[in-house]
Amino acid sequence: MSSDSLEGWDLVIGLEVHCELDTNTKLFCGCPNSFGDSPNTNVCPVCLGLPGSLPVLNSRAVDLAMRIGAALHCDIRPSRFHRKNYFYPDMPKAFQISQYDAPINCDGWLELTTGKRVGIERAHIEEDTGKTTHLGESGRIQGASSSLVDYNRAGVPLVETVSAPDMNSAQEAKDYVSELRAILVACGASDGKMEEGSLRVDANVSVRRSGSKELGTRCEIKNVNSLKSLGKAIEFEAARQIAVLQQGGTIRQETRHFNEDTGETSSMRSKEDSHDYRYFPEPDLVVISPDEAWIGGIRSGLPPMPAERRALLGSKCGAGSPGTPSSNQVSTVVAHGLDALVLGALDDGADPRIALSRCANEAVARVDAALHLAPTSFSRLVTMESVGDITATQSKLVLGEMLDEVDQKLEELGGSTGGFGGYFEVDPEAIANSKGFEKLDNTTLARTLDDIVESNPGEWERFLAGDEKVAQFFVGQMMKSTRGQADGKAVISLMNARRDKKG
Amino acid sequence: MTSTQRTSFPRQGVRETAIAVKTRFQSASDVLSDCLEEIARCEDKIHAFNLVLDNQARQRASEIDDLIARGIDPGPLAGVPVALKDNICTREIATTCSSKMLERWIPPYNATVVAKLQDAGAVIVGKTNMDEFAMGSSTENSAFGPTRNPCNLDYVPGGSSGGSAASVAAGFVCCALGSDTGGSIRQPASLCGVVGVKPTYGRVSRYGLIAFASSLDQIGPLCVNVGDAALICEVIGGYDPRDSTSIDEPFSGLLDSCDKGVDGIRVGVVTELLAPASPDVQAAFTKCTDKLAAIGAKVDEISIPELSYGLAAYYLIAPAEASSNLARYDGVRYGLRVAGQDVESMMRATRSAGFGPEVKRRIMLGTYALSSGYYDAYYGQAQRVRTLITKAFGRAYESFDVLLSPTSPTVAFGFGAKQDPLDMYNSDIATIASNLAGHPAMSVPFGLGANNLPVGVQVMAPTLGEAVMFQVGAQIEGLAQ
Amino acid sequence: MTDQASRGKISREEVVHIASLARLGLDDGELDAFTRELGAILDHASTVAEIDLRDVSPMSHPIALSNVLRDDVLDECLELEDLQSNAPDFFEGKFRVPKILDEP
Ligand SMILES: [Zn+2]
Repeated sequence: MSSDSLEGWDLVIGLEVHCELDTNTKLFCGCPNSFGDSPNTNVCPVCLGLPGSLPVLNSRAVDLAMRIGAALHCDIRPSRFHRKNYFYPDMPKAFQISQYDAPINCDGWLELTTGKRVGIERAHIEEDTGKTTHLGESGRIQGASSSLVDYNRAGVPLVETVSAPDMNSAQEAKDYVSELRAILVACGASDGKMEEGSLRVDANVSVRRSGSKELGTRCEIKNVNSLKSLGKAIEFEAARQIAVLQQGGTIRQETRHFNEDTGETSSMRSKEDSHDYRYFPEPDLVVISPDEAWIGGIRSGLPPMPAERRALLGSKCGAGSPGTPSSNQVSTVVAHGLDALVLGALDDGADPRIALSRCANEAVARVDAALHLAPTSFSRLVTMESVGDITATQSKLVLGEMLDEVDQKLEELGGSTGGFGGYFEVDPEAIANSKGFEKLDNTTLARTLDDIVESNPGEWERFLAGDEKVAQFFVGQMMKSTRGQADGKAVISLMNARRDKKG
Repeated sequence: MTSTQRTSFPRQGVRETAIAVKTRFQSASDVLSDCLEEIARCEDKIHAFNLVLDNQARQRASEIDDLIARGIDPGPLAGVPVALKDNICTREIATTCSSKMLERWIPPYNATVVAKLQDAGAVIVGKTNMDEFAMGSSTENSAFGPTRNPCNLDYVPGGSSGGSAASVAAGFVCCALGSDTGGSIRQPASLCGVVGVKPTYGRVSRYGLIAFASSLDQIGPLCVNVGDAALICEVIGGYDPRDSTSIDEPFSGLLDSCDKGVDGIRVGVVTELLAPASPDVQAAFTKCTDKLAAIGAKVDEISIPELSYGLAAYYLIAPAEASSNLARYDGVRYGLRVAGQDVESMMRATRSAGFGPEVKRRIMLGTYALSSGYYDAYYGQAQRVRTLITKAFGRAYESFDVLLSPTSPTVAFGFGAKQDPLDMYNSDIATIASNLAGHPAMSVPFGLGANNLPVGVQVMAPTLGEAVMFQVGAQIEGLAQ
Repeated sequence: MTDQASRGKISREEVVHIASLARLGLDDGELDAFTRELGAILDHASTVAEIDLRDVSPMSHPIALSNVLRDDVLDECLELEDLQSNAPDFFEGKFRVPKILDEP
């Protein structure tokens, strides 16, 4: 939405973010909390809601929830569970165990990178539901002939963080989610993978005339699966609400579904009585009443949070102010918890720009492996590139192979990265050697350039005449001839030297 | 009426049987054969069981005999035939709650109490009939037909653990487990003339007990004598990490307290619970308290007016929790499914066909009590009454060691005698207060009332007060002889 | 019985609504009976609603325990056969249900 269509209107956004906690087991039973296993294999009497089964609370889930609360500057308080009763095939017990009137965390705040503080109303513990897929041509709920339910996800621990309606633009909402995501990862509470559903966002959106103090009627948007979708969904919904109001209509409080394909939100069919959840205290669970020592231990054991880490990494890398490319790289690296790699390389005297780039561009794409790569190994690689032993292109290839090796070692450990917190050493020199990556000496480089100039006299003339675009052609040809061993920068400087000599 | 007269009698007790088996005076297989013969002879008339585990039980009994032959102690319940109420989950053995909803459901796991019984050497003989999902006081609400009272087949055995009480009273087994949410062990024990115990809430693991009202349910034994019940409590009780409400306290020494006498013990007779009882029951009860006083107990009356709110509070809390506990029977994962055009119609059709009238009535009541707009007036208020009653009990126990009342206001009644739900609910008037407070209570047979039917005396004690409860219970048993 | 129904605190419409919340399909006879019976029971229950208990805290658990937790360690899962043998309709390792009309 262009900003002018918002003119005269204020946007008010509150977000509810569901985060799957990174535990070994589910919230109330010992079934594995893992994504992607074959359907209904991670279930037991408890999470399948079999008659007679009883829940027992996972202590690590409570610890992680408290860590989230501490990181969001919340009050951590005695809490209890309620049953939220409603019928749906993905709900094994036909009620969800959740926290209602006494959440474990409340009244905190989160600071956006812009410095704005967003209020946190609560961050409570609850269990996830199973997953429904729909049989039929569309694969959607509408028009499906029947549906299939997999309960592997049922009972997975969640923390739902509810913000105050403090955000006023789609961009702020996106900033909030990225910062919250980074904090959740920093706490060790989540892997932060939106694409796997580890993080799910519902947005409460309303609009009001600029200057008005009264909140407009809000709509809740569900099924937002990425940051990009979140921005689009909010912008679409705000425009829709403004259009309705401008035509003299009123907004109906409702839940709306975001359609990824069309970029539109649409009203969800839901029954009138569906919100009478008949909450009551869960009789099968007892209260959580953390004492000062427990809460103190959680607060003091909290690792440095993203804001602090960004500041540290930024200053060490000489990164620019927020919004600059280097600052964005710093944010990316910190959000994925890869700052240890960069800091390690810096300590060894590597070029900060190179360390940052390899991490923010390449390592981030394979974060599971990168998190288990020893900083010393990464540091050796960056140093090799920094001193020119290998080129940038070669360095990326070597890093790829190093991460392959890490993956392989993780696989040998049983495929699960969840339980393993250690690092693997991988030798970048060995990989570079095995690929024949050696620094080309200047004579070889010069001789290769001679050959290429000889075969492409026209292009060389254009280069000498000052056509900078053709320079890239020669770099490409050099790479081809040397199978990537030539350093692009070295080639350019060699060519420039020859042109200068001629001139 | 000769056909309805008593033809079956309780068999020897748990401890006697275990000793006979351990000393090889009688083999576990022979004990079991006796039981199965008795069942074959009388079960047609009584219908105590939903399922008799003939082959499995024989195999288990011969395993026990093998252990003994090899000099290995099978445990305190060596070869003791036991029946389980059909709401206690048994692995690979149907567990129906006497409901069409679970008629064909086979649990893939054992309740904690089942594992404990097996580890102690018991032989599980069958699953007993009950009011559907434990909702009732006569066992007439079973989807599979009522159980008859072995003392007189024209009368109900009480409920909801009616099949368990009948199986012990008829001599089919030495002991049965039941569950007690508002009196469902004690009332049928009283009506069938056996001992029934509801331990302190949290003493016996509820893992594997199909929930009726989670904050009130408790498993306990029905036995032919008080000492046996004490032993069974020791075996099935204790901390269970699978039940978050389980108490981490040792549950032992109960058997020893049965021999301690009642000299100087302060016994309070609760006037509010005695008053509603019929004259025949009052007469038997008074005889009991007189005799207790004669052997040294300090018997006095006590009024606890708060208890008069108990029934109303109970009939809000129990249905509310039940409406939630029984929501899982939706035809998706297990149990009955009745086809429907869409998932909601399927669930509606399944639940309408799978639940009987009393279960539906309580689900309706509980859903109403929890629904928005009524929560505070009904459920919230009932939870406050619970506090009120617990505090009132607390004050009473400052002056008394145990409290006494008739277990049931009447002796066993006839089939179909209580058509009005409220009438039936009144059967629980003396028993529900202990459930609301989470306290232990037991019923001990004492004499006969109208129609020569048994009367039961209820002994109530404070939280974790089982020792003194058994102490008094054992003396009442002695005085009844 | 008409006396009781008029004294009852619940209307037939409310009974219909409650049945829908509880996913119970009740026929006319059942609706009439429940309207009458629930009315009588609630009438009795109202003795509780009328007591002044503002200073009494609600009791949700008979035994006041806190912080009952388990370690985050794996326990056994069920076998697929255990699920399949009890399931009304099991298809490709999942529980099949008729079409769903409403979002949760
Ligand atoms: Zn599980």
